[in-house]
Amino acid sequence: MTATTPPQLTPEQLDAFGRELDAIRERVVADLGERDADYIRRIIKTQRGLEIGGRLLLELGFLPPAWLAGTAALSVAKILDNMEIGHNVMHGQYDWMNDPAVNGQAFEWDTACPAEQWRHSHNYVHHTHTNILGKDRDIGYGILRMSEDQRWHPYYLGNPVYAVLLALLFQWGVALHDLEVERLHSGKESWGDKREMLQAIWRKGRRQALKDYVLFPLLAGPGAPFTFAGNLTANAVRNVWAFTIIFCGHFPEGTHEFTEEETEGETRGEWYFRQLLGSANLTGGPLFHIMSGNLSHQIEHHLFPDLPGHRYAELAVEVREICARYGLPYNSGPLRRQFGSVVKKIVKLSLPGRGGGERAPEPTAVASEPAPAAPPARELVAA
Amino acid sequence: MPQRVARRLLDSALADALTTPHGVDRYVELVRPAFSLNEVRAEVVAARRPTARSVTLTLRPNANWDGFRAGQFVRMSVEIDGVRHTRCYSPASSAHAGDLLELTAHAQPDGVVSPFLRASARPGTVVSLSQAEGDFALPDERPEQLLLISGGSGITPVMSMLRTLCHEGHRGPIAFLHYARDEHDVAYARQLAELAAGHANVRLLRGYTRSVGAGELHGRFGGEHLRAARIEPARALTFTCGPTALVDAVRTTWAQDGLDARLYVEQFAPPAPAGMDTADGNVAGTLRFARSGVEAAGTAALLLDQAEAAGLTPRSGCRMGICHTCTCRKLDGAVRDVRTGEVSTAPDELIQICVNAPVGDVTLDI
Repeated sequence: MTATTPPQLTPEQLDAFGRELDAIRERVVADLGERDADYIRRIIKTQRGLEIGGRLLLELGFLPPAWLAGTAALSVAKILDNMEIGHNVMHGQYDWMNDPAVNGQAFEWDTACPAEQWRHSHNYVHHTHTNILGKDRDIGYGILRMSEDQRWHPYYLGNPVYAVLLALLFQWGVALHDLEVERLHSGKESWGDKREMLQAIWRKGRRQALKDYVLFPLLAGPGAPFTFAGNLTANAVRNVWAFTIIFCGHFPEGTHEFTEEETEGETRGEWYFRQLLGSANLTGGPLFHIMSGNLSHQIEHHLFPDLPGHRYAELAVEVREICARYGLPYNSGPLRRQFGSVVKKIVKLSLPGRGGGERAPEPTAVASEPAPAAPPARELVAA
Repeated sequence: MPQRVARRLLDSALADALTTPHGVDRYVELVRPAFSLNEVRAEVVAARRPTARSVTLTLRPNANWDGFRAGQFVRMSVEIDGVRHTRCYSPASSAHAGDLLELTAHAQPDGVVSPFLRASARPGTVVSLSQAEGDFALPDERPEQLLLISGGSGITPVMSMLRTLCHEGHRGPIAFLHYARDEHDVAYARQLAELAAGHANVRLLRGYTRSVGAGELHGRFGGEHLRAARIEPARALTFTCGPTALVDAVRTTWAQDGLDARLYVEQFAPPAPAGMDTADGNVAGTLRFARSGVEAAGTAALLLDQAEAAGLTPRSGCRMGICHTCTCRKLDGAVRDVRTGEVSTAPDELIQICVNAPVGDVTLDI
């Protein structure tokens, strides 16, 4: 574990803690109904409206006010599509509705990453193994050093640069995330093993790029460059925003990481405990929560990943109270503070230090043949 | 004409590429909920309530509807308190009734969908439909003589047959036997009487179990009723639809005479009770994996484990109800969520097989 030592609970306390959270979940599941259905449909309707409006305005992108309004509308539409709709629907939060339009396994989102791969890397790998070094690939995305327990290497001097690039190109970072490129470098898997995945990424990415960078610009005729620029900007705005929110979920000061040994055979209560300690919330108003896909309630999301996100704000009151009773920390703060601490961590961890090498477990991957323009040989503990 | 042009445009590869990844439907449906390029959806254009328990809906299906053969059924999905429920209904209208479709739902006291429709269905409601299914249907080559026997809400498919045949000007003799509680409980009482009065070849016989002396038939179905129908079963095709007791009685009579091949049967079982008793651990049943055609004896173990034990490799992830990788469609049967103990009996719903165990027979779409 990093930073401060987490509080200790007895097995009995952990069980009781788990039962209290189970009870919340059960109560909400029994209460799911029209209110939740109306909510997600209203969001979907807003998103589609903004998307259509934004795209129409961008067809007139040669007029500066139309370009600005269109780009803003399309940016918001993409953010809603990916976060409050896509991410949450794909968690199965609305599966109980039995409506194919919000079916978690069928939903596809407006981003380069094929939904099928996301469901595996996010819903299963990240949510089951949250913050377990060596298992949760969201720790640094296989690119960044986000934990002191990742052994330092000169490659990580570029940590801040990689972070900026990842933020700008986040949709492609997410798309390539499940490829586990570091395993290719280490020779554990070959490109041949990844063929199907690459094909899926290529198919999805091509359709996304065709729509945003060819078809809609062409429809604008001579205004094509403006439409192109608007779409590019909207994608970038979505990328940076999603990166910001997501990096505030598990990396702010005070979140804990765990080792595989610590979490072996963990009970339901221990699993909840790890989810709580590994996550951090963002404070803000209702609109901020919607725009963050309610990932601003990262703690509640990790405790109850398949409950509708718009319920998290209500549940947070109870979760906070329970945490207080058990003497557990509840990491929450405004965006600027939480993101500030993430930026600090990215910069700080670009340099060796704070026990970096010593405390790291055995490296799991050693790159043998660094390709040009690829990261140099490095050790990736969080692979 | 402009509508056809609009549809052609919406169905184009360009429209598909522009609306990727959601597709055209997801945008158009926001303003025209009954529109879809592929799915059958329908708008309720009229809702009548012919009896105290029933509601008759007139539906206008969208352009994807392929029509039906008289006697077939459709799966209709309606949303109740945010949850989409799917049930089978047999259209009661003539197969030649143009682009309209008529369904009648009979409210079951402990049902979910039928009482909702009885209370709340109104013009403007949009429902989803499947294409018509089922072999309980008039053959394309119409038989000369027909015997139609229905009980209670089983009237709808044979009503469709009778209407279709009358519509076609069928000349051969048709006997229609219908059983109900009393004369006020027949959803198509007036229409039946009119058809019988207007067509000399149609013989209508009604039997009421709780209204002695009111109908032409007395008591339960038997040889006497068959004689009153004046149809020779060996020369006719017989279609019967209704509760188990009626269908069994007809089936037995036809089997005794070796006429099974001339009998078409559609039977409806009452829905499974909502709160099944699982306390006694009586969960033995058959697990059916519909897509792979595998069957296994069910135990109290988790469905995922049992599917794997049966040699299948369903998708799975966390095995603790978190990631929804294993979510699959339960086509039929009751399952118990081991986390909450709650039993769910709804047909056609999504379940997580890593945290659900079967209660009796269960069919999964795996």
